[in-house]
Amino acid sequence: MTNISQQRKALTERILDGAGTASQRERQAAFENTGLAESAVRMLSQKVAMQAGAVSDQDVAMAKASGRTEDQIFEIVVCAAVGQSTRQYDSARAALDAATSRG
Amino acid sequence: MRLAILDRGHSFGTKALFAFIRLATRQPTPEMIKLIGYRPGFFGAHMKKVTHEAMRGSSAWSVGDRELMAAWVSRVNACEYCIKAHSAVAARAYGDAPKVAAALSDLEAAPISEPLRATLRMLGKLTREQTVTADDMRSVLAAGVTSQQIEDALAVGFAFNTINRLAETFAFSVPGPKAFEAGAKFLLAHGYR
Repeated sequence: MTNISQQRKALTERILDGAGTASQRERQAAFENTGLAESAVRMLSQKVAMQAGAVSDQDVAMAKASGRTEDQIFEIVVCAAVGQSTRQYDSARAALDAATSRG
Repeated sequence: MRLAILDRGHSFGTKALFAFIRLATRQPTPEMIKLIGYRPGFFGAHMKKVTHEAMRGSSAWSVGDRELMAAWVSRVNACEYCIKAHSAVAARAYGDAPKVAAALSDLEAAPISEPLRATLRMLGKLTREQTVTADDMRSVLAAGVTSQQIEDALAVGFAFNTINRLAETFAFSVPGPKAFEAGAKFLLAHGYR
C-alpha cells in the first residue's frame, strides 16, 4: 500500500517553511493561490495552478520585470504547482472518506 | 526552458552527472532531470521521494498501471513531454504499446480492466475539474477497486498534477522517441530515486 503522507509533508514543509530566496509569505500565498500582491507574480501563479499549459514566455518575462529573480520565480512556481495538486488530492481524499463513511 | 537557471544553473557536480548521462545514453539531458537537479534540497530531492513511493511503492496496481495513470493524467493536462515519457514507460512495463495508445486515445473502448478504467475516469475528472465527489468515488468502488487502490491512484495523481504543471510552466522541450525510450529503460530499472 502506497503511503505518500510523510514524503508529501516533508516536501510541503521544505518549500513553505525552509530557507528560500522568495519570502515565506509569497511562497505561502503562491501555494494557496490567494493573496499575492504583485500582479505579474499573481497572474503567473494563478496560471500555474489553473491553466499551466497557457503560461507564456511573456508571463515569465513580466514576473522577472517585477523585480523577481529566476530563483524566486522558480520557488513561487513550485509552490503554486504543489499547492494546487494538494487541494486536488485533499478534495479526493475527502470524497473517498465520505464514500466509505470514514469522514 | 523558460528559466536559464534550469538549463545552466546547476552545481559543478550535477553538471558532471549530466555529462555522464549524455555520454551513457547518447541523448540530451532530460528536462525533468534538469528540474529535479536544480537546488535539489528545495524541491527535487523531496519530489523524487514522493514520486518513487507513488510509482514504485507497494501497491495492488502494477507498475504498468501506475505509469498508465501518469500518462493519462498528463494527457488530461495536455503535457506533451510527460505523456510521451510515461507512455513509453507504461508500454515497456506492460510489453504492450498498443494497449497504452488505445487507453490514451479512447478510454471507454480500450482493452483494459474495468477497475483500471473506472480509476482513470476518476483521475481524469479530478485533474480536469480539480475536485471529485463521493458519488464519483462510489462508482470506482462499485467497479471493484479497493479504497487502498484509490488512495494509491491519488498518490500518482498528486505527483503528476504537480510535475505536469512544472513541465508546462517551464516549457520543457520535447525530444525524439529515442530519448523517451532511454528514459523509460532507466525508470523501469531504477525508479524515481
